Order: sequence, then structure tokens, then C-alpha cells
Amino acid sequence: MTYIAKPKLHHPSLVKNRVGFTRRDYEGKISTLCAGCGHDSISASIIQACWELDIEPHRVAKLSGIGCSSKTPDYFLGNSHGFNTVHGRMPSVLTGAYLANRELIYLGVSGDGDSASIGLGQFAHVMRRGVNMTYLVENNGVYGLTKGQFSATADKGSRSKKGQSNNDAPIDLVTLALVMGATFVARGFSGDKAQLVPLLRSALAHQGAAVIDILSPCITFNNHSGSTKSYDYVREHNEAVNRLDFISLREEITADYAAGEVIDVRQHDGSIVRLRKLHADYDPTDRIRAMSYIQEHAARGEVVTGLLYVDPEAADLHRQLGTVEQPLNTLGAAELCPGSKALEKINAALR
Amino acid sequence: MQKIEAVNDFVVKFANINGSGSASANELFARAILRMGVPVSPRNIFPSNIQGLPTWFEVRVTEHGYLGRRGGVDLMVAMNPQSWEQDVREIDPGGYLFYDSSKPVPRARLRNDIHVLGMPLTEICNDTYSDSRERQLFKNIIYVGALTTLLDIDPQEIEKLFGEQYKGKEKLFDSNLQALNLGREYARQHLKPIALKVERRDRVGDMIFTDGNSAAALGCIYGGATVCAWYPITPSSSVPEAFERYAQKLRTDPASGEKRYSIVQAEDELASIGMVIGAGWNGARAFTATSGPGISLMAEFIGLAYFAEIPAVLINVQRGGPSTGMPTRTQQADVLACAYASHGDTRHVLLFPEDPYECFEMSAQALDLAERLQTPVFVMTDLDIGMNQRLCRPFAWDDNREYDRGKVMTREALDAGTDFGRYLDVDGDGIPYRTYPGTHPTKGGYFTRGTTKNAYAVYSEAGADYIYNMQRLRQKFETAKSLVPLPVLTAARYPARFAAIFYGSTGPAMQEALAALAEQGIYLNALRIRAFPFQNEIADFIAAHSKVFVFEQNFDGQLTTLLINEAHANPASLVPVLHYDGTPITARFITQEIAERVARLNVRPLRENMVA
Ligand SMILES: Cc1ncc(C[n+]2csc(CCOP(=O)(O)OP(=O)(O)O)c2C)c(N)n1
Ligand code: SF4
Repeated sequence: MTYIAKPKLHHPSLVKNRVGFTRRDYEGKISTLCAGCGHDSISASIIQACWELDIEPHRVAKLSGIGCSSKTPDYFLGNSHGFNTVHGRMPSVLTGAYLANRELIYLGVSGDGDSASIGLGQFAHVMRRGVNMTYLVENNGVYGLTKGQFSATADKGSRSKKGQSNNDAPIDLVTLALVMGATFVARGFSGDKAQLVPLLRSALAHQGAAVIDILSPCITFNNHSGSTKSYDYVREHNEAVNRLDFISLREEITADYAAGEVIDVRQHDGSIVRLRKLHADYDPTDRIRAMSYIQEHAARGEVVTGLLYVDPEAADLHRQLGTVEQPLNTLGAAELCPGSKALEKINAALR
Repeated sequence: MQKIEAVNDFVVKFANINGSGSASANELFARAILRMGVPVSPRNIFPSNIQGLPTWFEVRVTEHGYLGRRGGVDLMVAMNPQSWEQDVREIDPGGYLFYDSSKPVPRARLRNDIHVLGMPLTEICNDTYSDSRERQLFKNIIYVGALTTLLDIDPQEIEKLFGEQYKGKEKLFDSNLQALNLGREYARQHLKPIALKVERRDRVGDMIFTDGNSAAALGCIYGGATVCAWYPITPSSSVPEAFERYAQKLRTDPASGEKRYSIVQAEDELASIGMVIGAGWNGARAFTATSGPGISLMAEFIGLAYFAEIPAVLINVQRGGPSTGMPTRTQQADVLACAYASHGDTRHVLLFPEDPYECFEMSAQALDLAERLQTPVFVMTDLDIGMNQRLCRPFAWDDNREYDRGKVMTREALDAGTDFGRYLDVDGDGIPYRTYPGTHPTKGGYFTRGTTKNAYAVYSEAGADYIYNMQRLRQKFETAKSLVPLPVLTAARYPARFAAIFYGSTGPAMQEALAALAEQGIYLNALRIRAFPFQNEIADFIAAHSKVFVFEQNFDGQLTTLLINEAHANPASLVPVLHYDGTPITARFITQEIAERVARLNVRPLRENMVA
């Protein structure tokens, strides 16, 4: 672990994106996680995705719970506001922040202990409310920060580093998110940046509750042969349903997609998610099919990755509440306080 | 046999069965008297379930405008066989019992020292109405009719109230009026007159009649709250419900239907306070309303808001505890739980409103205080003020009043090169500057966390950083003293060596008791505490008296503890006087307790070796 501040030297050749930032501007403090921790690879993918999406870093609000994973927002987007809340209950804080200002981009970062145990209730409810956010679960099957206890996503029969066996059935957050009404559901693998970055880009552009469950091996407590969340295990059992590219409207990418292999999904904000279907029969807009597909593969011990479900017509919480376009935190007394005349009327009605 | 005689100064209690539709009839009764210019103070005493259990509605008719509970009953309207014994017992000697005499009641179940008025209500209803629902509902109106005759209440006032209630519903208006007249006619012909009377007066003036929960909700509207997150719990649920009602009217664009507010019914209290904190962090005014059990669940988050310095307003409508306690009864039992909510060394700002007027005022003020101090602020109301209609001063608002958004560093200030340290005590008042998320592309961003940090919000476990932070928070709490409402002194007419301290809903009963005591020649200075932290005036007040009675509606004397702990009051000079059966404290209780204790204190102890 180290607390050394990262040198702020900008190499002149560093490329700037459309909004004038180099990749460096998306970095944060130097990570204090164990070297090789999957969570750091996810941070790197977030940096990449935000830079590529031309997001102004300060327009992102990063919220997290408690755990190794939840520490990571300090390690990317250093000029953004971050909020390390309490264990498992980041979703409500994020919801409140989103109610206050609908114009920021909300990134929730959580762990599997955080989301599937203490925070399972909030996880479920934030999905069904359609809060416009990208919710990442950095899923390592263990409690990293408290040194290696099983989390609720640990597979039945998997063994801890100390050799104990896990007897409880695992909670699959992807299935749960689908059941609860999330409108963008994906699974990634921290070690597969080529897949993860486009997933992140699509999720960030999605106007609704987007969740990516990212398998993220804990190098210290859960990267041994008995684990089903180790690097080797995931690499061997990873079954990708699709490769996708995210295309923003400004920047039409027409890469090498042969007809028949590609479907376009237009999202609510007009951007398009282009999916390369590795399986000709996989339709990511079918929620029911997505659930059974995940279950079928899970029964075979396979981890399905990729974009599993997207609802291009997703409605977000503000639309459901019917709030004004203007962020609520910018309204002043003139717009909020009905004034003394109205109060006199109220008084009169109470006599 | 003596007869209680009184004009405009008596207590009527209705004993009903929950779910029988009596509540609106009883309220009608109270309102009619109010419309005659005579102050009333009604109280609902209801069970914690929906149907079938006993429920009471007490109406105090109070010429002198004493709005607290008096204690005792002059006229009992006993409509519930289940609670008969208890109801009959409660009547003051010389008082009156009004009951449904359709079934004969054996003499042994009555009392000799009260006046009994029987009216065969069920029989009358069965003869008049064929529909069973009508039989039930109109029974209530019929007894109200009979009471108006007995008490001389102007039936035109009730007719006007029907007119307001059933505007455009002629049939309902007519049938209600018919039932009312049925009752009046019966009473005129068959019942002996009684000596309790209502006479028209002009004593209500411009006062309004409303409940504390609606008032608190309105205070949140006026105070600029835009985010409300809540979870249903008695007795606080009507706060967010009223907020929604008022917001629909006052904060919705009539043309577009767009709302300048948001309300989320959360999945639990953990989520509701989480949302409030998220919104507060992001620069919106946010509040939640809850009661004891909700506060317990919120504790961890409250500590986060305290330590990370995030504004949040909690309206705590207190009920009987501990645990689920008495969910539909009133207490002031969360004082310590809120003052020190959460683990570690925390301290929170509390406001104690005494009536709906102050519920309005203090809820709006809490939103200012929370942002000024960047901390949670609790509005400590209770079931008695929250759910009962009270007469109070009309709400007032100064249109020049501006919201105090506290110390927020702007983009311009950052551009001008102002040093931004999130937890830096720039002004020496313990309150640092904050930036809203999204303010500036390169400056002013920081990481909010519940862990320790240095003045620049960088994670730090260094002892010096921790100590700096804790001492600054204490300094901030000191600053809060100058911002929270001052206590209110009621000075005795003559110099007094004894005093009383009280707070919240005890106020009206205390004012009445002080007057009654003065008549007995007992003079006390009285101080109504309106906020925690305690200003120095409070310590000085205690020090200036040999004994201070501290009136509380809880078992442990929680405010007394807090006064010893935080105002450094001498424990020997504080005498807790506790009322904790879940009913609102009464003026009689206070008067008696003080009179007895003063008498005891005035007895000089025998000196050693002396024989009496
Ligand atoms: C209320 C509460 N209970 C327990 C803890 C202790 N705790 C800290 S992190 C953690 C588990 C973190 O696991 P996970 O979310 O999977 O994150 P990881 O560290 O594995 O990335 C626990 C139990 C806490 N901080 N708060
Ligand atoms: S303990 Fe595991 S999860 Fe935590 S930082 Fe180390 S490798 Fe990552």
C-alpha cells in the first residue's frame, strides 16, 4: 500500500478528447488496493470509457458503499465529487443525489458483499425505481476488506482460502436486477477490458437503471483453486454472448460488421448500442429469455458475459415523478416559496 | 346531588369504537363550538389498530384559551360497551354521563354522584334507517344533535359546516341535517337540561385550527425542501402526505404539470435517510419524517451526515417507546436518542416546537440551520401536537426572508483562486465551505467519506487530523447555540426561588398550571427550552434557582440528563417531574405535582439531635 501522490506531469503528446481532456485527467489517486486486484482493472476501464465518451470528468458523481471495491472511486476521475457512503446503502444516497440534480452522470460502485448482503434491499429497490445511473458490482465472491469471508454471491461448494466450504446458494445479482426491472443488465469480467469498456460506455449512455456485474477476482483472498471467482476459473468458464460497440451519434463508428452478425439497439437518448451476436438466437431485448439463458448456462457452470438485456425505451425516475427539467438544487426561493399571500389564504382556510 | 356548572369551560369526552365513523362527527362538534368564537382543544386518543378497539376523542371547551389537556371529564359520551367501566369511572363528581339506553343498564353499573342521560340511539336509528351503514353513521350525528341542544350549541353553525363539507351533494347535506334535527328534537323533549353551556364569544380571533404534522409539511414547503423521502410510521406519516398535498397545489406548474419537488416513499428508513443525505450532499433541501423506531434504523446514516457534514432535516414525531412501545400514544422519549444519535462522539441540533405554529416555523428554520451548519437537524415534535388539531397563531412568512444556503464555494470563487479545503475552518466558527458536485472542471472536487480525513478531505488516520476535525465539529456545535431559537421565559409575578423547565407539547398545559399555582400563592419562574444545544441562558436560569422542576413526558428524565451533561446543571437542583402513560400531560397533573413538592420543600429538615 502506498499513499504517494500521483505526479501530475502531462506528456505533451497525450491525446485530448473532444472536451479537451487527456486520459490523465480521468485518473485519480494512486490505488491502495493489493497489486493485481481485479478492482483496479475496472477502474482503468472506467477511465478509458469516460475518456472515450468525452464526458467532462466533473460532471460525474461517483458514489460507493463500503469495501475494497467501494474505495475505488478515489482512484479514478480525480476531479469529480465522490461519496463513500455506508455499507450497502449507496443506492439510496445515489437516488437522493439524482433527485437533487438530474444533470450529472451517476456512477455507483459497489461490492458483492455491499450489494448482495447488507445492501440487497437497496440494490433491488434502486433497480425498480429506474434511477438513471450506472451501477457496478465489483464481484469477487468474498469480503475483501474484512479479509476473506464468503459473500452471498459465492457459489455453493466453493472453498475459502482457509479451506472452509460454502454451503449456501449464491445470489445472482444479474438475475435479480432483471427481475427487479433494471433496464440495462450486463455482466463483465475485470480481465476482459475489450469487452468491459464498450459495456461501460453503453451503460453510461443508457437513460435508466443500468447495472454491470463485473467478476473481479480478489487476488488476496479468492484467487485459489477452490474458488469459482478466480482469474483462472473465470477465464475458463467465461461464455460471452456478444461483443458490442457503443456508437454515440456524433461519432459514427462503422467497423467491420458483416450483415447478419449485428443488431442495432437505439437507446432512449438516441445513441445506438451495436451488438455482435455470437449466438444467432440471442435477443438482448427479451427480459424473460435473458433470465432463462443465464440460468441455463449457470446450470452448466458457465458465466455468461456481455450485454444480457437492454430496454431501449427505459423511463427514468424523474420522468415517473414528473419533476421539472431544471435540477431541483438550482431552484431558488422565488420558485419554491409560495410567499405570504398564499399563506394568508391557507390561514383563512384553517379557520 | 351537586351539578357541575360551567359556561365555556368544561371537558367532553367521547368514547367510541374505532372504525365506527365517529371521528368526523366528534370533530364537527368541536368545530361548531369554535365557530361560536369559543376556543376548543380536541385530542384523539386512539388505538394502534384499524378497527374494533376503543377510541376516545376529548374536547376541551376553554374560554380562557388554555389549549393543553386539563385532566378530568365533565361530560362523558359513552358509546362503547367495551370501555364502559373505565369511562364511567373517569367522570368528575357532579358530572354527566350520556349513553345509548337502547339496552337497559343495571343501576349497579352507574354511579350515584353523576347525572345520567340515556337516549335510545340504536333504537331510533333502527326505526329510522333500513341500511346498516346508515344506522351506524347517523347514530353519531344524532348524538351530536342531542348534545347541541343540551349544551346550547347553535345548530346553524353545524348547518354551515355541513354546507362546506357536502358542497354540491344535496342529498348528503339533507340526510345529515335530518339526523342532527332528530337528535335535537329528542333531547328537547326527553332529556333533563344540564348545567354545562356554550355561549357565543369572540375569543378565537384570527387563530387557525390545524395539526402539527400538516404544519411541519407546510414549513418544509415554505422552507424550500425539494426532496422528501419517507417510510410510513405512526404518528409521522401525515407529514409527507400533507407535503404532497401542499406541493401539488403550491409547487406544480399549472400549465405543464411539472413538479418543483420530489417525493419518494422509500423501502425503509435506512433508504429514506440515505436519500435525504444524497440530496443534501448534492445541494437540494431534503427532509424525512419518522418516529422512534425509524430514528433507530437511521442511526448509522445520521452519524455519516454528522461526520461528513451533510445537511439533513429529520422531523421526529415522537411516540411511546421503547421498541414498538405505544405507537399511537404520545411521549417525549427520543431526546437522548436524537441528541447523540449514532456511534462515536456525535451531537445533534434539536428543535422543540410546542404547537402547529412552531412546527411550521421550526421546520422551515431547520432547513436553513441544516445548510448553515452542514449537519442533521431534528425537529422534535410528538403525537400530541402532530396529530391533533390545535388552535394556534396564524402562520406567518416574511417575503424578504432569504434561504440561508450556508457556506457554498462557487465556481467563480474557485476560479479566483480561493483556497478550498473542504474541512478547513476558515472563519473560526467551525463551519467549513463545501462545493456542490459538478461545480468546476478542475477545482473544488473532493471525496466525501465517513472515515477520518484531513482538512482537504484526503483520507487520513493521523491523530492530529482527527483531533482537529473533532474539535472543529465541537466548535461548530458551539456556533449552533447562536443560531437556534432562544428559550422563552415566563417570569413569575413575584420573586421566586423555584422554577420550572419544560419543552415541546407540554407548553400549553404548563401555562395553565402556572396560572393555577399563582392563584394558590405558588410562584415559579418558567423556562421553555426550544432547542439543543443549550444556550448559556439556560445554565444561568438553573443556577439562579434553588430547585428547578423539569417536566418531561418520558420515564427517564431525558432532558434532565441532557441538562446535567450539556448545560452542566447541578444535579441536586434539578427535580424531574415525569408523565409517561402515553396520554398528553395535563394541567391538573402539573399543578398537583408542583404544589405537593413545593409544600415538601418548604418543610425545613430537623436539625440533628433535635426532637420534633
Ligand atoms: C454496518 C457495517 N457492517 C460491517 C462493516 C464491515 N465491512 C466493511 S467492508 C465489508 C465487506 C466488503 O465486501 P465487498 O462489498 O464484497 O467488497 P470487497 O472488499 O470484497 O471489494 C464489511 C462487512 C461495515 N463497514 N459496516
Ligand atoms: S483484499 Fe482482495 S478485493 Fe481487497 S484490494 Fe486486495 S485483492 Fe482487492
